[in-house]
Amino acid sequence: MEVRVSNVRKEFDRFPALRDVSLDIRSGELIALLGPSGSGKTTLLRLIAGLERPTRGTIFFGDEDASNRTIQQRNVGFVFQHYALFRHMTVADNIGFGLKVRPAAKRPTRAEIRARASELLDLVQLSGLEKRYPAQLSGGQRQRVALARAMAIEPKVLLLDEPFGALDAQVRRELRRWLREIHDATGHTTIFVTHDQEEALELADRVVVMSQGRIEQIGTADEVYDTPNSPFVYGFIGESSSLPVKVEDGQVWISDRPIGLSTPDLGDGEATLYFRPHDIELLDDCNGCIAGTLAASRRVAGTRRVELEIGGARERVEIELPVGHPAAQKSRVAFRPKRWKLFPKEG
Amino acid sequence: MTTTPAFAGWRFRQPSVIPGFGLTLGFSLAYLTLIILIPLSGLVWRSASLGWTDFLAIATDRRTLKALEISFGTAFIAAAINVVFGTVVAWVLVRYRFPGRRVIDAMVDLPFALPTAVAGIALTTLYSPKGWMGALLAPLGIKVAYTPLGIVIALIFIGLPFVVRTVQPIIEEIDKEVEEAAATLGANRFQTITKVLFPGLAPAVITGFALAFARGVGEYGSVIFIAGNLPYVSEIAPLLIVIRLEEYDYAAATAIATIMLALSFLMLLVINLIQSRTRKRYG
Repeated sequence: MEVRVSNVRKEFDRFPALRDVSLDIRSGELIALLGPSGSGKTTLLRLIAGLERPTRGTIFFGDEDASNRTIQQRNVGFVFQHYALFRHMTVADNIGFGLKVRPAAKRPTRAEIRARASELLDLVQLSGLEKRYPAQLSGGQRQRVALARAMAIEPKVLLLDEPFGALDAQVRRELRRWLREIHDATGHTTIFVTHDQEEALELADRVVVMSQGRIEQIGTADEVYDTPNSPFVYGFIGESSSLPVKVEDGQVWISDRPIGLSTPDLGDGEATLYFRPHDIELLDDCNGCIAGTLAASRRVAGTRRVELEIGGARERVEIELPVGHPAAQKSRVAFRPKRWKLFPKEG
Repeated sequence: MTTTPAFAGWRFRQPSVIPGFGLTLGFSLAYLTLIILIPLSGLVWRSASLGWTDFLAIATDRRTLKALEISFGTAFIAAAINVVFGTVVAWVLVRYRFPGRRVIDAMVDLPFALPTAVAGIALTTLYSPKGWMGALLAPLGIKVAYTPLGIVIALIFIGLPFVVRTVQPIIEEIDKEVEEAAATLGANRFQTITKVLFPGLAPAVITGFALAFARGVGEYGSVIFIAGNLPYVSEIAPLLIVIRLEEYDYAAATAIATIMLALSFLMLLVINLIQSRTRKRYG
């Protein structure tokens, strides 16, 4: 089922949580809504589910305007951040709930519901736990029951709100891989919300980066990581360093020195240079480079992270060096970013 | 392993390292002994002085049996009614915001504070055949005052806050996500309430029932005004005890009290067992 969000705005007590958001989701896609807290990602998910009504704009399921449909009719599977399992029901009853509450004409028989529940428990690798109560399960198991419950109604769209947020790192990685497998096996259109970029990049077909109620960028993991289209995305996804620079005649300057980068398309004026700390080359002779004095040096896993102070304004940037690289011993380091992007100063 | 357990069969759950277990347990036991256990065992002791045959004679006396039946029966009905409407009141107080909500919330506690005799007199005035409500009901052939129905109404009044105050905090705790989850799974509002929300309230509702019921069995002040106190019809067991006392028949009074005690204890025990079973499941 395709989902189309068209010019949706949502206000809570006149405070805009979403401002004019549009998004096309293809059938069978696995989409991540990624952003810091307060970016509106959960609001967008709840609007799609029908748990909130948009202040303006429309959400389409296929070609049909979903606004006319109640939550019950939308047939979405929603997995809540804190699972929201029914604690007085066994695992099997939880999973079968969506089928049991159907109107009599469409309701499967008890035996069919039971069979479907155990089939789904197999899928989420919890066979044999039918008779347990949610209180007797671990966090990861509850999460999987919640997913099985959502899938039992054969939803058109599967929506997950911070599905792994409350779990520890180990379980999280495991469930992430497992969710991808389930998605590939079942082919549901799936949208999940996360603030964890690693999760979004690893899992999703496309990532929707959100900030302050707007969509900043939509793209594959490669696209949003390699070609971020805004300072926010550059800063939010992956490591990044930034420096205030000046553009003159297509050349990039830091105070009064050109740094050997040319940008023919950008007009003169002040701008900010963004680059990845690991995407640099070190230079011996500084003929057009960024040079700075070494301010701090930290060992981070397999590399050494070095902080440099650049120019008279002592702007700090971070670069990454291989462990044991001689440059880390020097007091002055010169480098040039291999891949970078300039964003003109706003206003 | 070479160590042998100190107590085979009996095992305490190890208290936490924070000190105070011995002290607080000792205090609790001493306190309960002084306040509850000694008076109650005195009661049993006193009735034991009767001897079995006399005790049985009093226990199986038709008037005693009828009084016990009325006491426990009306208390049960009143508690059952309170469970339904008390839960509704608690629901309204928690879920909706309306002018005067706080006042109504405070009003729920009034039966706690009001001297029960005052409640009894007020209810009698209202429901007697010439009172406001009684006059309305009389043409329909419904007599409230001076019948068991009057007792039930007095006990409903007395027991309401017990149900409301035990259920209210649990309703407040209901996670909004659980309702939303039920809705996304296709449940309509009615199904959500009956299949998801109310079963979750069950332990609290049972507690509220037990409290209201226990209170109703022991209630005296409000009932004697409205009941009319006709032997075999609307005479409650606590009143019969008082009557025996006034006749200086202490043995009979304590015998009836002991039977009440045993019955109440049994019923509360059963309710507690049901409850601990549901609690354990829900975690």
